[in-house]
Amino acid sequence: MTKNTPIVRQKSSRDDLIMRACMIVIGLFLAIAIILPLYTLSSKSLENKAGDFIGLSNYIDYFSTPSLFQSAYNSIFISVIGTVTVLLFAFIYAYALTRTQMPFKWFFKIVAIIPLLTPSMLSGISLVYWFGNQGVAKIFLMGESIFGPIGIIMGSVYWVFPHALMIIITALSITDARLYETAAVLRTSKIKTFFMVTIPNCKFGLISAGFVVFTLIFTDFGVPKVIGGSYNVLATDIYKQIIGQQNFQMGAVVAVVLLTPAIVAFAVDRFAQRRQVALISTSAVPYEPKKNNSLDLTMLIFCSLIAFLILCMIGMAQYAALVEFWPYNLSFTLENFNFDLAEGGGWGSYFNSIQLSVYTALIGSIVIFFGAYLVEKGRGFNFGRNTFHGVAMIPLAVPGMALGLAYIFFFNNPDNPLSFLYGTMGILVISTITHFYTVSHLTATTALKQMDQEFESVSASLKTPFFRSFQKITVPICMPAILDISIYLFLNAMTTVSAVIFLYSANTRLAAIAVLNMDDQGELAMAAAMAMMIAYTCGGIRILYAIGTNNILAKTQKWRFQ
Amino acid sequence: MHSENVKPYLKIRNITKKFGKFTALNDVSLDIIENEFVCFLGPSGCGKTTLLRAIAGLDIQTYGSISQGGKDISSLPPSERDFGIVFQSYALFPNLTVTRNVAVGLENLGILAPKVQQRVDELLSLVDLMDHKDKYPAQLSGGQQQRVALARAMATSPGLLLLDEPLSALDAKVRSHLRHEIKELQRKFAVTTIMVTHDQEEALTMADRIVVMDNGTIEQVGKPEEIYCTPKTKFVADFVGTMNFLPAIILSNNTVQVSDTVLTCDTENLPVGSSVTIAIRPEDINARNVTNSDSNILQIEVLHIEFLGSFCRAKLGCNDLKGITLRADFSISIVRLLSIKVGSRLNVSLIPKFIRIYVTD
Repeated sequence: MTKNTPIVRQKSSRDDLIMRACMIVIGLFLAIAIILPLYTLSSKSLENKAGDFIGLSNYIDYFSTPSLFQSAYNSIFISVIGTVTVLLFAFIYAYALTRTQMPFKWFFKIVAIIPLLTPSMLSGISLVYWFGNQGVAKIFLMGESIFGPIGIIMGSVYWVFPHALMIIITALSITDARLYETAAVLRTSKIKTFFMVTIPNCKFGLISAGFVVFTLIFTDFGVPKVIGGSYNVLATDIYKQIIGQQNFQMGAVVAVVLLTPAIVAFAVDRFAQRRQVALISTSAVPYEPKKNNSLDLTMLIFCSLIAFLILCMIGMAQYAALVEFWPYNLSFTLENFNFDLAEGGGWGSYFNSIQLSVYTALIGSIVIFFGAYLVEKGRGFNFGRNTFHGVAMIPLAVPGMALGLAYIFFFNNPDNPLSFLYGTMGILVISTITHFYTVSHLTATTALKQMDQEFESVSASLKTPFFRSFQKITVPICMPAILDISIYLFLNAMTTVSAVIFLYSANTRLAAIAVLNMDDQGELAMAAAMAMMIAYTCGGIRILYAIGTNNILAKTQKWRFQ
Repeated sequence: MHSENVKPYLKIRNITKKFGKFTALNDVSLDIIENEFVCFLGPSGCGKTTLLRAIAGLDIQTYGSISQGGKDISSLPPSERDFGIVFQSYALFPNLTVTRNVAVGLENLGILAPKVQQRVDELLSLVDLMDHKDKYPAQLSGGQQQRVALARAMATSPGLLLLDEPLSALDAKVRSHLRHEIKELQRKFAVTTIMVTHDQEEALTMADRIVVMDNGTIEQVGKPEEIYCTPKTKFVADFVGTMNFLPAIILSNNTVQVSDTVLTCDTENLPVGSSVTIAIRPEDINARNVTNSDSNILQIEVLHIEFLGSFCRAKLGCNDLKGITLRADFSISIVRLLSIKVGSRLNVSLIPKFIRIYVTD
């Protein structure tokens, strides 16, 4: 019957139009902050110094220069070794936390978070004190130098450990106790059960953790910069090409090379996470570990060892920050905190970092959550909403170095009307929000998906304007997720170097960059002190956050606890 | 109730809804009269919720038109339509108290605070929740939450009340209590109401009219008694209540052949020789005072008896029907009077005027 009947198109309400307009505004922001710079970056890699298009000849140059090509190999080498090591440690540690009755779990959980609170360079600095030319434990290296792959791998393993741990803990937590009971009833041995139930169940979590860790190590700049010595990797190559040789085209080529495996890893990770979720059934019963003395003791020893290593790392940095003149005068002093004595930023850079973190957390969480709300709860306009969601996924695949470089090309172009942002705090805030957009967006989306889908239907029938239901219903219900996003942004803004290293100016130096600069100038103790300042701030914020959220939640979320 | 001279309040015309290639609603037309309580009844996936959501504008139809109170609302967004809605999950705002939940819609109309309070109190006493007005939804029982959702939906006195399986999440006892209560409230508010349900008992007890749906089309529209006693299609006969179905062939006007036996019933002028299915409800198989003058007498053997309280459901075998068995409901008094038990042999009659006949397709 319906051949000639026109398809009914729903008229858009005023709210629908306002929501779409808001979404387009945030979408344009994302396009300017990520798509256009990346486009400029890739087109730059196809140009010569004069700006003429020369096709792939830069790439041909790159791959035929042995020293440059060697860095790509080095990057892969340290990433593979680092990833395997971290996965092994993190899996056993996570297993101990989720599947055994090991005592002091709370302590091991806290210790495992510590590396998240520090810039990645801190591990490098600490390693210099332990194993450097005057290191206290140098003898353990049996003549090998810490400045090179050994140092990079050790430092990387330290700082990516909590990232892997969190993913694997989640993967191990979602399981069905009934599977283990069934296995036991069928008289399956413990070891067989482990390989038949445990491993397949967290397979996708392990794959996901593997790719996340690989990408983190592969694209990290801080650790190889501090401890890599003459061992070049891709991330330090970009820096050298740009800052050292001013060879922007070649820098762009290296950035694109750096981008490729990151994108592959990102795609595989997305795929693995989707499969992981599909494994949980709603009728699953959570697993309760049973007491097993020999296993619990073994795990306690293992976890203590890992925790000891983590504490050694941060402990040495703390010690170094307080010592007068290592290793000749070991009396304590606060002199190293007198940052203004060194070039590289001084205390000003610390306060700049605080400013950046506050802005990023505040603006970022509002923009990102509101954007996720518009995507998740908007009506109609599916094309726009899907596109937005897709664009919001991109930043996760873009290494900070590539993003920072892309920003130089894009914003430093005098023809760009936005070039006034270059060298300001504004561009640092924008790049940091963009750099960490995806994880925050996903956190927001997950929280929004968990809300009753009919709230919007009811609100529409009650003629509630969307901004009112957003403010009165959505925001209060999602408050825990919003706070999570803001603390995530704050901590990352405090510790990141990779994107901002290309973007800071004399007035907007940052603490984490000051650490690098001080290290460059040989002011290692001061670098350690500055790294510790960052760690204190992040640790303090985390504690404040824990206390604060409890209070805020108790007050605003009364309904939740009754 | 439904007569030609009553003007319909809601006019649904040729509604088709497609999700990609799947047709969820196929050319559905329906009139609903002012103040009527209509139930959309059908199995899951029949399109009843899709139709409700099209009426609300939540998932707009692909083709067709809807008008409410004489106004064409076919393409309006939900916020510009006039309805209140209650979902199975209630969708109460968890961070607002009962009072605030009910007040939301009123505040949106720009009504002054004291007036809002007055109306909220009025509604809350109507649903008997004044004692709980400052509580949060999580502190209420399922039935109480349900009533808050109802009060919230009715706060602004909408012209149409939509109920999407409102009782499905409740346990059996609360459910039957609330059935009555919702019906009472609907009468008090005098609001045109559409309720979606898959529970036939709910539909039969609450509705003024039932719309039975299957596969995206309307099978039958009628009063509960009509739906139950004179189901128009085999689907309705099967879905509402219990029914015995027997394959048959028309022998002559008003007789059919079933296996080796001949039964009398109204054959509705169907041509002789056509294949049909005859249907009879278990309670229309009579065992009391069966005499030789009765028509459709069958000699049966009781194969199995299920005790169901005030009556028993018996499975009957019959030589003349070969392998076909019948389900019959015998009241407890008959069971005791005739001492019916497994293995009993007795005569029953299939009352001719209660036999329905459907053309086999």
